[in-house]
Amino acid sequence: MVKLKQISVFLENKSGRLSELTRVLGEHEINIRALSIADTEDFGILRLIVNDPEKAWKVLKERGFTVSGTRIIAVEIPDVPGGLAGVLEILEAHAINIEYIYAFVGQRRGNAVVVFRVEDIDNAVKILQEKGFHLLDGEEIY
Amino acid sequence: MLLIWNLEYESMSRPRLTELQLKRLREIVAKVYAKVPYYRRKMEEAGIKPEDIRSLDDLVHLPFTTKEDLRENYPFGLFAVPMEEVVRIHASSGTTGKMTVVGYTRNDIKVWAQVMARTLACAGGTANDRIQVAYGYGLFTGGLGVHYGAEMMGATVIPISGGNTRRQIQIMKDFATTILACTPSYALYLAEGAAEEGIDPRELPLRAGIFGAEPWSVNMRREIEEKLGITAIDIYGLSEVIGPGVASECLEQNGLHVFEDHFLVEVVDPGTGKQLPPGEKGELVFTTLTKEAFPVIRYRTRDISILYPEPCACGRTMTRMHRILGRTDDMLIIRGVNVFPTQIESALLEIGETEPHYMLVVDRQKKLDELEVWVEVSEELFSDEVRKMENLESRIRQKIESSLGIGVRVKLVEPKTIPRSEGKAKRVVDRRDIYG
Ligand SMILES: [Zn+2]
Repeated sequence: MVKLKQISVFLENKSGRLSELTRVLGEHEINIRALSIADTEDFGILRLIVNDPEKAWKVLKERGFTVSGTRIIAVEIPDVPGGLAGVLEILEAHAINIEYIYAFVGQRRGNAVVVFRVEDIDNAVKILQEKGFHLLDGEEIY
Repeated sequence: MLLIWNLEYESMSRPRLTELQLKRLREIVAKVYAKVPYYRRKMEEAGIKPEDIRSLDDLVHLPFTTKEDLRENYPFGLFAVPMEEVVRIHASSGTTGKMTVVGYTRNDIKVWAQVMARTLACAGGTANDRIQVAYGYGLFTGGLGVHYGAEMMGATVIPISGGNTRRQIQIMKDFATTILACTPSYALYLAEGAAEEGIDPRELPLRAGIFGAEPWSVNMRREIEEKLGITAIDIYGLSEVIGPGVASECLEQNGLHVFEDHFLVEVVDPGTGKQLPPGEKGELVFTTLTKEAFPVIRYRTRDISILYPEPCACGRTMTRMHRILGRTDDMLIIRGVNVFPTQIESALLEIGETEPHYMLVVDRQKKLDELEVWVEVSEELFSDEVRKMENLESRIRQKIESSLGIGVRVKLVEPKTIPRSEGKAKRVVDRRDIYG
């Protein structure tokens, strides 16, 4: 399964909430593999890839966070200049809209790993795999 | 064949009704002027005498009566008959301060039973019905009010009073209750209790409910009707006026008929006290036209509603009032505009939020009132994309602005951010420094 589970959390822009959230995950031995925060003047949306999404979902809900789940793909990108541009061009050529992207923490086999949230995920998977890109499987993460 | 209990009065033509109301108004004003020193003094202060009432339009010259007036005259100061003629006392305990005490003569009890029989008939009730009265009996007017009306109608009364959910359900089933009388929240509680007992209330003979004594939403009505498999009728009353039986919905479920031959109704601007024309939202004000022991003149209910004078498909001509939209106590005046928290709630329900948690924060910036509406983001509303969340924020803002007619700022907040006290959220924070 290369359509990975991402957890999104609604956060008000006030101090302490992000550290509280990461502490909750830590207490339950949940590791964060990748994260990004999109924020506006008032609020932020935290997106997380973790080793145990079901458990993370449960503990965050218990602590009163608003949580939702989305499917994303994580693409291994050659660590060379223009590596990311290559993927973006392919998706663009096939008219696949990208909602957002962000990078994994650390590298994999010397390559960068980038998370893509796209509108037509099945199509994106098919095209990128055809072009020889490695999409991370659930088993490599969870 | 549906019955109108007092056909002659309930479907009276407007000119005849106006004539009757004026005659009764003149009598009641003359009576309180003669018998109740407090009313006399207030009328003298306002410079009005009973003979100045020449048409219903002159009503606006009479001073209002408020809850504070009633407390000031605790317990019997506003009674208009000697105690030997008073056959019953009821009282309501306010959340603040003293109780409000009301009295009834023998005739008042008869009138009350009449208007309650009308209410039951509005819900399709007849002598064949079995009416389970799950309103409290006692100083509260709910239980005994419905009881006397049901007996007058000739229905079978089951005076179980409030509480003891298991027994309520047992009796509802074994006695084949057809009409339930209680608060809307208790009706829902009974539905859940029945489910726990393994009883499906929809399979019982119960077919209607008359629910009142607390404000409820359209959604709550739908839920009660669905879970109990009945028609839920909204009824309105308050002990200061008579108790339940002041107004009732008919089976059209499109506003509550006010029994105007006994209770003269107005809607006024809660801020200025100015009488408002039909169709405009404001505070309900009642004048009792036939009460003997405890008449009230222009009593300010603090309940917000709208009047619709058009005749109803059911055949009744009595004016209809909108289901209670809120309380003036919750009202805010922002840049001269009356704002009720329920308006915010309706807007959020329209957006698709099923159980909105929100708070109004009013502040004064550069001498201008600013209203900020905090809305808790539930899972239904939450989206992972900033664009969609910003879109949600602006949709909420537009809905509220079109409902209130003033600009607001919407702030999305995390769940449980808004303080809840005993289940009820604190809806308004007013940070305006009026001395600043
Ligand atoms: Zn009607």
